[in-house]
Amino acid sequence: MKKQNQNLVFLAVLLVVILGASIAVDAALPSYHIAIKVIKKATVYALVAVSMNLLNGFTGLFSLGQAGFMLLGAFSYGVLTIPVDKRAGVYQYFDGGAIKFSLPEVFAGFLGDSLGSVVGMLAALLVGGLLAALMAWLIGLPVLRLKSDYLAIATLGFAEILRAFFQWNALGPITNGSNLLKSYPDFAHATSYIILAGALVALILLLINSTYGRAFKAIRDDEVAAEAMGINLAKHKRMAFIISSFFAGVGGGMLAMYNGTIAAASFKSTMTYEILLIVVIGGIGSISGSIIASFLYIFSSEWLLRGLDSGVFLGIEAPGVFKNGFRMAVFSVIIMVIVLFFRKGLMGDKELPDLLRLRSRRKEAPSK
Amino acid sequence: MSETILKVENVTMQFGGVVAVDNLNLEINKGEIVALIGPNGAGKTTAFNVVTGVYQPTNGAVWFQGEKIIENHPQGKMKSQYKGQHAGEYAHVLAPTPDKVTRLGMARTFQNIRLWKSQTVFDNVLIAKHCRTTSNVFSATFRLNRKEEAAQRANVQELLETVGLADVKDELATSLPYGKQRRLEIARALAAEPQLLLLDEPAAGMNPQETEELTAFIGDIRDRFHLTVFLIEHHMNLVMNISERIYVLDFGKTIAHGTPAEIQSNKRVIDAYLGVTEDA
Amino acid sequence: MGQLLPYLINGVSVGGQYALIAIGYTLVYGILRLINFAHGDVFMVAGLVMVYATSAMPMYLALPLVLVITVLLGFTIERVAYKPLRTAPRMSVMISAIGVSYLIQNLAFYFTGGIPQPVTTPIPWISENISLLGASTKRVTLVTPVLTILLVLVLVYLINHTRMGMAMRAAAKDFETAQLMGIKINSVISMTFVIGSFLAAVGSMLYFTNYPSVGITSGGMPGLKAFVAAVFGGIGSIPGAVVGAFIIGLCEEVIKGLGYTTFSDAFTFALLIVVLCVKPTGLFGEKVTDKV
Repeated sequence: MKKQNQNLVFLAVLLVVILGASIAVDAALPSYHIAIKVIKKATVYALVAVSMNLLNGFTGLFSLGQAGFMLLGAFSYGVLTIPVDKRAGVYQYFDGGAIKFSLPEVFAGFLGDSLGSVVGMLAALLVGGLLAALMAWLIGLPVLRLKSDYLAIATLGFAEILRAFFQWNALGPITNGSNLLKSYPDFAHATSYIILAGALVALILLLINSTYGRAFKAIRDDEVAAEAMGINLAKHKRMAFIISSFFAGVGGGMLAMYNGTIAAASFKSTMTYEILLIVVIGGIGSISGSIIASFLYIFSSEWLLRGLDSGVFLGIEAPGVFKNGFRMAVFSVIIMVIVLFFRKGLMGDKELPDLLRLRSRRKEAPSK
Repeated sequence: MSETILKVENVTMQFGGVVAVDNLNLEINKGEIVALIGPNGAGKTTAFNVVTGVYQPTNGAVWFQGEKIIENHPQGKMKSQYKGQHAGEYAHVLAPTPDKVTRLGMARTFQNIRLWKSQTVFDNVLIAKHCRTTSNVFSATFRLNRKEEAAQRANVQELLETVGLADVKDELATSLPYGKQRRLEIARALAAEPQLLLLDEPAAGMNPQETEELTAFIGDIRDRFHLTVFLIEHHMNLVMNISERIYVLDFGKTIAHGTPAEIQSNKRVIDAYLGVTEDA
Repeated sequence: MGQLLPYLINGVSVGGQYALIAIGYTLVYGILRLINFAHGDVFMVAGLVMVYATSAMPMYLALPLVLVITVLLGFTIERVAYKPLRTAPRMSVMISAIGVSYLIQNLAFYFTGGIPQPVTTPIPWISENISLLGASTKRVTLVTPVLTILLVLVLVYLINHTRMGMAMRAAAKDFETAQLMGIKINSVISMTFVIGSFLAAVGSMLYFTNYPSVGITSGGMPGLKAFVAAVFGGIGSIPGAVVGAFIIGLCEEVIKGLGYTTFSDAFTFALLIVVLCVKPTGLFGEKVTDKV
C-alpha cells in the first residue's frame, strides 16, 4: 500500500508540473508557434504509442494494424465535425456529401456554442474510438488465433484493406474518396490535448494495473501457463485488441485534429512502423517510456533537428549535406542503433516511479 | 467407497501413427493422493495434457465430479488410422480449453517450471486468482472492485504464508532458488481454488532433503485445502511414501495399478521400470 | 474475355516478378523464421541503382553492377542487422527488419530528394513494344515468366544437388541440429540472402521496365504482395512461392481489368487473411506444431 501512495504522490506532482507548464506555454505563445505544435503532436503520438504498447508490450500480441484503426478514428472525427456550411466545399466532387449534420453544431444547439462544440468534438472522437473497437471485435476472432509474425502481417494487411475502402469512390459521399477532408474544428490550446490524452493514458494505466492487466501480462510471459491457470486466451487477447484499437481510434481522431486535413493515403504501414519504433525506443512494456519517447521523437524531428534538412545545423552551414531528408536518415540510423545495441530502449519495462524507487533503495543499502 | 472425483475412461491418444496413451482407465477418489508412474516416454505427461484439456484425446472420455467434461472419437483421417480400442463407442465431441477445465476445479503444475518470468512471487499467485474474478473489465479498470481485489490480495498473502514464501513475495519469481520455484508453482495452482491438484514431476531436480520436505508439504496442503492430488513422479521414495494408490504406465498402456506395497512387488512393474531405475 | 486478355498477359508477367521477390522471403523465412520486411526495399534500391547505372554507363556494365550492388546490400543487411540478434526473441529481429526498411526508405529519400527517379534509359530489347494476341505490350511481359521459370529451375537444382543446397535444406529443417552437425550456419544464411537479393534484383529490373519511374516507396507494395504470395504458397516452399505469386499476379490484374483498381491491393491482403485463417500452412507448406 505504501508503494501505491508513493506512486500517487509522484503522479500528482508530475501532473501539476505538466499542466502548469502547458498552461503557461499556451498563454505565452500564439497557437501556431512550433512549441505548441510539437506538444500537440507529441501528445497524440504518446497516446497512440501507449495504445500500441498495451497490445505489443503488455499482452505480447505483435500487431501492426495501428494505422488502420487510426484511420477509422480520423475519418469518423472529420466526417462528423465538418461544419454544415463548409460541407459543399469539402465534398465538392460528391455533391456536398451524404451526411448533413455536424456533431459540434448539434450539441451547440442545446448546450450553447462553446460547451456544445467541445462536447460535439469529444463525441466525434468517441465515435471514432468505438468504430475502431467494433472493427477490432470483428476481425479479432479469426486474426488473433495467428501466432507472432503471422499476426503481424495479417493486421498489416487488414490496415491496407481498410485504406483501400476509404479511398473507394463509391464511399465518396461519406469518406470523400481520395480527396482531403478539411475545415473541421481543432482545440486551440496544447493544454486541451494534454488533458484529453492524459486522461486516456491514465485509463490505460488503470487497466494495466487491474486484474485484467495482470492477466494480459501473464499471457505475454507464458501463454500456456496463463491458459492452465484459467485465463481464457481468446477472450483476453480479443479484449486487449479491442481496447488498444479503441485508443488508437481516438488517437487517430486527435491526429486528424492536429493535422487539419485527412487523407487515407497518409495512413500507410509506414505510420505503424513509426509508432512501433517509438514504442521500441521507449521500451516495450513501459508506459512512461512510450510517452517520453514520443516527446523526444517529435521534439527532435519537428524542431531540434529541423536544421538537418534546411542547410544549417548547430551553426554548421553545409547545404550539400544538410538537405531535405537528412533528418530522417540520421533518425533511422539512431533507431537502428537502439534496436541493435540498446534493445531495452530508454526504460526497459520499468516505469518512472520504479526508477526513482530503485535509486532511493540504493542509497539506503549501498552495499547491496 | 468414497466419491469419485476424476474418471478417465478408455482414453486413447494417438499422434499420427504413434499411440502415446493406449486405452487409459483410471479413477481417483476425493481426498486421495494418486501417483502415475512409468519410464520416460510412457505417456504420463500426455495423459495429464488430455485430462487438463491441452490435448484433445483421440478416443474416450474424462469425467470430473460426476460430469463428463471431455469426450472425443476418431474423426477425419484418424478414422482409418485409429489403432486403439473402443472405436465407435463415443459419438460426441466435448473439447473444453484448458482454462475452462481449470475453472471447473482442476489446477496443474508443469514438468519444466512455467512461472510468469517478469512478475513477482506475489503477482504470480495473484494472477492465478484472476479466473475466480467476477468483476468485468470496466469495474476493474475504474476500481469499483476494491472489495474483491482486497479479498484476493489478502487470500494470496495468506496462501504465501502457508507455503512459506511470504518473505520473498516481492522478489521476481525467476530469482528464487529452484526448490522454491517449484513450491511457488504449487502455490499458484492452489490460488486457482482447485478440488483436484495435478502435479507433473514436482520433485524433478530436487535433492533428497528437498524431496522429503516436498513430500511432507504435499500431504500437508492436501489436508489443509481438502484437495485430491494426482501426481507424476520419478522419485520412488516420494511416490511410495505419499500415494494411496499408484497407476503404472509403460508404452502408453496401463501395466499395473494398486497400493504402493502391491506395486513394489508387482513383477511386471519391476521388469518394466523399478528394477532398472531403483539405483538411480 | 477479349478485353481481359491484356490483363491476363500482364498478370502472368507481374506474377513472375512477384515470384522472384517471393523466393527471397520464403528462403529467409524457411531458415530464420523471419519476415524480412526490408526485402521489398532491397527490391526498390535495385530499381534505383538501375536507373542511375543505366543512364551513366553502357548496359553490359550497368546490369551486372545492379546485381552486384543489390546482392551486397542484402548480404550487409543480414550481417549488420540480423546476425547480432540470432539469439534474441523473434520479435526483436522483426523489429530490426522493420527498422532496416525504415532506414533504407529514409536514405533513399535523402539521396533522391524524395522525387521518383524516371527510368530514362530502359533496358533495350525487353522494353520494346510488341503485339501479342492482338494486344500491345512490352516484350518484358513475355520474357518475365520464361526467365522466372528458368531461374527457379536453376535454383531448385542448386538446392537439391549441391552441398550448399543440402546445408540450406538442413538448416531449414532444424536450425540447431544443423549447427551441431557442423554446418556453417552463418554462411548458409548469408547465401540465402545473396540468392534472395539476386533474384529480387532481376525481378526489379523486369518490374521497373514496365514503369516510368522508381520512387522510394515503390518497393513496399510489391514486397508485401510477394510475401503474401510466399505465405499463400506455403512459406518455406519455393514452388509454393512461385505458384502463389502467379496466382496473385493474375488475380490482381483481372481485378484491375474489371475496373476495381482501388481494390487490387486490398484483394491480396484479404486473400492473405483468408489463407491464414483457413489453411495457415498455405498450399504446399508443412505443418508445424508447438510443443507444450
